[in-house]
Amino acid sequence: MHVVEAEIREPLILGEKSYNDITEDVCAPIEGKANSLWYFVFGLAGLLALWGIGNILYTIGVGIGVWGLNKTVGWAWDITNFVWWVGIGHAGTLISAVLLLFRQRWRMAINRSAEAMTIFAVMMAALFPGIHMGRIWQAYWVLPLPNQFGSLWPNFNSPLLWDVFAISTYFSVSLVFWYIGLVPDFASVRDRMIKPLPKKIYSILAFGWSGNAKHWNRFEEVSLVLAGLATPLVFSVHSIVSMDFATSVIPGWHTTIFPPYFVAGAVFSGFAMVLTLMLIMRKVLKLEDYITLKHIEYMNIIIMLTGSMVGVAYLTELFVAWYSGVEYEGYAFMNRATGPYWWAYAAMMTCNVISPQLMWFKKIRRNLVITFILSIIVNIGMWFERFVIIVTSIHRDYITSSWTQFHPTYVDMGVFLGTIGLFFVLFLLYSRVFPVLALNEVKTILRATGEFGVKKAKSTVFNLENEFSPSESGNAPASDDSSEESSDDAESEENKEQE
Amino acid sequence: MADTKKYWKGIEELEQAPEFVESSKKEFSEYVPVDEFVGNASEDSSPTNRRDFLKVLGFSVTAATLAACEAPVTKSIPFLNKPEDLTPGVANYYSSTFFDGLDLASIRIKTREGRPILIEGNHNAPTSKGAVNARVNSSVLSLYDSKRSKGPAKKIGESWAKNLNWGIVDKEVAQNLRSAASNGGKVVLLSNTIISPASKGAVDYFGAFIGAQGGSFEHVTYDAISASGILDANQKTFGRRVLPTYNFEKAKTIVSFSADFLNTWLNALTYTKDYSSNRKPDGDWMSKHFQFETTLSLSGSAADIRGALKPSEIAEAVKYIYGKVGGDTTGKVSNKLKLKLDKAAESLLATKGESLVIAGSNNGGIQILVNAINDKLNNYGSTIDLDKEVYTRKGSDVAFSKLAKEMSAGEVSALIIVGLNPSYVAPSSLSFDEALSKVGTVVYTGDRLDETGDKADYFAPSSHYLESWDVLNPTKGEYAFVQPVINPLFRTRQWQESLLKWSGNENTFEVFVKSTAKSFLGTEASWINAVHDGYFLSNAFDSVPASVSDTTSEIEDSSSEPVSIISSAISSAVITNAVSQASVTPSGKFELELYVKTGLGNGDQSFNPWLHELPDPISKMTYDNYIAMNPVDVLELFDLEDTKATRRDFLYIGQESPAKVLTVTVGESTVTLPVVAQPGQALGTIGIAVGYGKKGTEVFTRQEWLGDLFDAENSEKNTIGKNVFPLQSQDLWVSNTISSGVTVAVLEGARYPMATTQTHHTMMGRKLVNETVLSTFLEQQGAAKEKGGYNETVLIADSYGDEKTTRQLDLWEEHAIDLGHRWGLSIDLNLCIGCGACVTACHLENNVAVVGKDEVRRSREMHWLRVDRYYSSHVTTDDKDVLVDDLSDLNTLTEYADAEVADSGDDLSVVYQPLMCQHCNHAPCETVCPVAATTHSDEGLNQMTYNRCVGTRYCANNCPYKVRRFNWFQYDDLNIPAFPDFAKVNHQQDDLGRMVLNPDVVVRSRGVMEKCSMCVQRIQAGKLEAKIDGIPVQDGAIQTACSSSCPTDGIKFGDLNNREHAVSDKKNDDRAYLLMEEIGTQPNIYYQTKVRNV
Repeated sequence: MHVVEAEIREPLILGEKSYNDITEDVCAPIEGKANSLWYFVFGLAGLLALWGIGNILYTIGVGIGVWGLNKTVGWAWDITNFVWWVGIGHAGTLISAVLLLFRQRWRMAINRSAEAMTIFAVMMAALFPGIHMGRIWQAYWVLPLPNQFGSLWPNFNSPLLWDVFAISTYFSVSLVFWYIGLVPDFASVRDRMIKPLPKKIYSILAFGWSGNAKHWNRFEEVSLVLAGLATPLVFSVHSIVSMDFATSVIPGWHTTIFPPYFVAGAVFSGFAMVLTLMLIMRKVLKLEDYITLKHIEYMNIIIMLTGSMVGVAYLTELFVAWYSGVEYEGYAFMNRATGPYWWAYAAMMTCNVISPQLMWFKKIRRNLVITFILSIIVNIGMWFERFVIIVTSIHRDYITSSWTQFHPTYVDMGVFLGTIGLFFVLFLLYSRVFPVLALNEVKTILRATGEFGVKKAKSTVFNLENEFSPSESGNAPASDDSSEESSDDAESEENKEQE
Repeated sequence: MADTKKYWKGIEELEQAPEFVESSKKEFSEYVPVDEFVGNASEDSSPTNRRDFLKVLGFSVTAATLAACEAPVTKSIPFLNKPEDLTPGVANYYSSTFFDGLDLASIRIKTREGRPILIEGNHNAPTSKGAVNARVNSSVLSLYDSKRSKGPAKKIGESWAKNLNWGIVDKEVAQNLRSAASNGGKVVLLSNTIISPASKGAVDYFGAFIGAQGGSFEHVTYDAISASGILDANQKTFGRRVLPTYNFEKAKTIVSFSADFLNTWLNALTYTKDYSSNRKPDGDWMSKHFQFETTLSLSGSAADIRGALKPSEIAEAVKYIYGKVGGDTTGKVSNKLKLKLDKAAESLLATKGESLVIAGSNNGGIQILVNAINDKLNNYGSTIDLDKEVYTRKGSDVAFSKLAKEMSAGEVSALIIVGLNPSYVAPSSLSFDEALSKVGTVVYTGDRLDETGDKADYFAPSSHYLESWDVLNPTKGEYAFVQPVINPLFRTRQWQESLLKWSGNENTFEVFVKSTAKSFLGTEASWINAVHDGYFLSNAFDSVPASVSDTTSEIEDSSSEPVSIISSAISSAVITNAVSQASVTPSGKFELELYVKTGLGNGDQSFNPWLHELPDPISKMTYDNYIAMNPVDVLELFDLEDTKATRRDFLYIGQESPAKVLTVTVGESTVTLPVVAQPGQALGTIGIAVGYGKKGTEVFTRQEWLGDLFDAENSEKNTIGKNVFPLQSQDLWVSNTISSGVTVAVLEGARYPMATTQTHHTMMGRKLVNETVLSTFLEQQGAAKEKGGYNETVLIADSYGDEKTTRQLDLWEEHAIDLGHRWGLSIDLNLCIGCGACVTACHLENNVAVVGKDEVRRSREMHWLRVDRYYSSHVTTDDKDVLVDDLSDLNTLTEYADAEVADSGDDLSVVYQPLMCQHCNHAPCETVCPVAATTHSDEGLNQMTYNRCVGTRYCANNCPYKVRRFNWFQYDDLNIPAFPDFAKVNHQQDDLGRMVLNPDVVVRSRGVMEKCSMCVQRIQAGKLEAKIDGIPVQDGAIQTACSSSCPTDGIKFGDLNNREHAVSDKKNDDRAYLLMEEIGTQPNIYYQTKVRNV
């Protein structure tokens, strides 16, 4: 039996699409030419990226002293940016893995891009622990490699080492997961390509996918296994990142609440970034029918939820600081809220706790402009959260004689803006050459939750073969016995769900 | 049978064919059948055969390889004949003496491979008793100053012909002097105090020579930091122009009026040592120290009770005390001050005969009154010993001003200047520069062409004291030796030798010194012993051999017969006269005091980057002098309401909060300097340090360093700080205080970046420096660590509510800390006077980089050891003003914010805390390093493996004591064009300056973390020595740089596990506590609670 969404639910695919329409819509950006706006934005991002790379090279060439750090504040923008990017990277895996396990169908329209965002964000994040090292040329020493130093191992007590493991595992699993999902879609693109060189490239990327049942079977299995693998990683990565702080002795860092608090914050900022990107992408790539208001609303709800969790965490911290009776801790939080960095704390509170509460209003969470603005505000707030945690804790810790202020230099800012530029360069390239929606997955839900499918289901559940003509080749679910294939898919998915 | 058997290799041998016989005589066969092996017929036809190919290949590979290797340039040349006592890698130590007219210290110089690299106190010597300060131990770097002059020079027109041969200069100078003398002209030698009988002999020889030529000779003595007032007062009271010996170790009550006797006043180092011997609460008694002063000084911050007063009030306060102790004067003092003065008088009277009153003023009247007070208190003969005369200050202001007048009148035909930079230090009222231009021939013997040098005619650079011979007589019966530890680096010559040369004596000064010394030493053997020891005690030779120099002052020097002091010796006429002389009528809003800073002293070492980077003990400012003004006054000057918030925000000086700028005008002189709000500065006064603004220091500075005071047109004005010596008033005595005619104006809008190592000044109620008072200490003896005691043990409740010590509550595995050595320090906060000698000692022992003002401004100084200074802070709670001494005292946000603001007035108290790596047994840094670059040693040291460090800075973040330092740049690179600011300041970037580096300590590269190693190189050396001797390491055998340099012996190093070592007892002492024990880091550094005698 086909599973058809109840009428009361909004369809996830609008515009009475056929399978072919989906393929056409998604492949259009790959096959067509980019408009001048794309080139403009790409150029801008490219310049920013070059500026950032220049600043990074300058840092590596001359020394960390070109940043604004000092004897007391040993980490500031570098680790702030690191944690911020890692946090952003969370949404992709959460959407594709966790929501897959929870059978949330609405994820299908956004998971591809969210995962791409994850990959790029983690790349940006991984940059910072590298360049923040005084001697980056010895960075491989943090890996437990066999060596000639008398078998010298890294220090397994150090959370920084766990970071290395966590981030590298997360990055590799995410990359594989993303790529596996891309294989059938690459095949679709390959089959449609006429120009020989791109066709060659896509056929290499597609790993010889032929769309037969065995392939699909394995594809499903691998996806599920990877989803299972990726799910704990979603939680472990940011938990471990938070342990960089939680295991220290510094008041304001030494907090057991950090792991869940960081994960919630990460999901919060990740979804905000997904929204920022999606809202632009759906407009530019004309994907409004796939990334619908419903999707946006769902994401807004998650932002609201995680934002509230983050808010609770902030208040808990304040409560514990008071309740514990530890004077240093009490002062640390007092200083956060009222000290020289009160503005950062205020920005964090406003952006992260107050602004998401607007999402309680349906009108607001379905309003594209407000959503877009809020999604940016949330990410600004999350950047400040990390800044507040890192800088305001160490700039005034135990020994009052060493209290200082942190003043960023233009290199600090340049490196940060550079990573934003680099991120957008990668994302813009991705949006032109990769299928930005998971074709194969979206098609599986077309009949169940697509607007057309829902309508048809009301009138007739039969005779679909005629409506969805097998007009294209290569894309497995739509090829030949497309309806049967996809119905099987839907069925199997439902079966699993029941298990 | 056997020997008949014959073996042969071939038929030729068997048959002994003639060809075979021929060829067997040759060692090698001529014919090598290569072609047959190769069997390649085509080889013959090829232009390159295989051999040639291989040859060419081999050659080119070798050549390419060789070309790729950079041939090492070895600059050192191995000894052809190794000097007997010089073993590479083994240090030699020499005794010598430092005397520059300000500080006197017996020192021990460590040399490695012939290079002096370290200066420590000579703990056996009676002179200064092993005490050194930052100026003394840093002076080794002044030797390697590449900006010193490289050779003699003479002026031709307006320009200098530099690096001449000595012969040329000698000839011309001698000629000029002879012609001056033969024309009956006056030849004057102007010097700072000369305490060397040998040098005096040379001067006499020179004087006799001039006399023989028909000229007249005069030796004028003047000290940059003048003590003329005391000398002349003693002349008036006792008939002798002498400095007595002050016995601080005997004084139960010390009352000091603006005399910074722990820093720069007379023989400060000796006083420091003596003073500290009775500042221990656990001794038989503890002295009580009152300080009444204008600018907060080291002595003032060490005092039990300190009163701030204006310079004009000092005379009144002295009169008040004199009246209280039985004199017939009354002083007009404020009620607030009266309370403290009464206490002081009460204490003085209670310890009659065991007290000491001193004054720093150069005003003879005040000094006479102080003499009278001491006389009334029967202190002469007990705490003040007039018989044991001290010779270290002989300068006469009167003679100096007389000389200036004579010079202006053209009466001086030749002037030789020694050990003094008069153009720099003279009060402007003397117009010394103008006077100098009227002198026929001026010969300058400084170390470079500085202010005076520029105006001289001949420049005969004198050697650094580490390149010189001399014998000094600092105190009656005490001799100290100066011996060279290195050949002169440049073509310089001791000025004494120059004098001898110019007067036709071809002997070296060494010979002269030797013969002088022989006169009291007797044998050659005792000469060797004395030079080895660095000192010699004699009773036979009581005073400096009389010389012409003693007659230079206008006031007649009387006989050297000891004068017995009796009360009536000070006649009432003298007192009345003194009262009128002492009294100053102030005018204007501000009075000015020129003080001497710990770092630069009189400015002689202005080119020493260590001293510039050493933060001022009080203000923690580096690289500048400034106007110190009470916060209340600053706010008033800027027309702001005096609230805690304005004090905190408006007066804050930090990286991006530059200082405001003021202009101070005294008479004709004007100086523009940044203003620093200095708590403790007397209201209505300003203080400015002398010793800055030296010519030549402009090469260190950059536009960014000077903010709005940068002078683009006149780069010579961009010196480090400004010279305020010219501001001194010059009446009868040169006065460092000016009470009238001082105007202070705000230079609107101007800002000046200041580099400070500490931007926060209060403890915020945290128990960083534990402090109590003597009565509590005595009351709680043995019970201090119990609940409610002043040194309560830190107990933390576990999950069941049971109170446990931090050692019981432990997450980590214990190190085996009770086995073997466990090195540790015990730091007595009661003895720490904040002087910073340990900071510079650490600098030179451990090759710590100098980073320059801009980097210090960014809080990136590299000091492994710092001295934190905290001011007390009161907050208003429930309408009461209470001292914040416990965090739990603070309840509201306003109270927390208020606690950040230091007291500014009379309530102010100051504490110091030397802070280095605490070598925690549970070090937070060790667990977080991803590459295990910082680990714990078996001997309790937290050790840093620089090679392994990748520079994540996680350890520094996680250090609760914030003692880790990161190499932000490659500080020692000679070739980084991007950082001229380091190249200018950091001696490690100078080929000559690098010579001071300690070869036992690695110079850290950029990107690695560094920190105090507890001088692990010394520990290793000490352990080896003990092993060779076959005994356990003895207490005191190993000293860290900080412990050996501490002039008060406040830092003790030893093995905490060895009962023989003092530190192992100290750690269980009542007063012992661990810094922030509640974190559970379990440091190996123990602090001893500060106890104030109030």
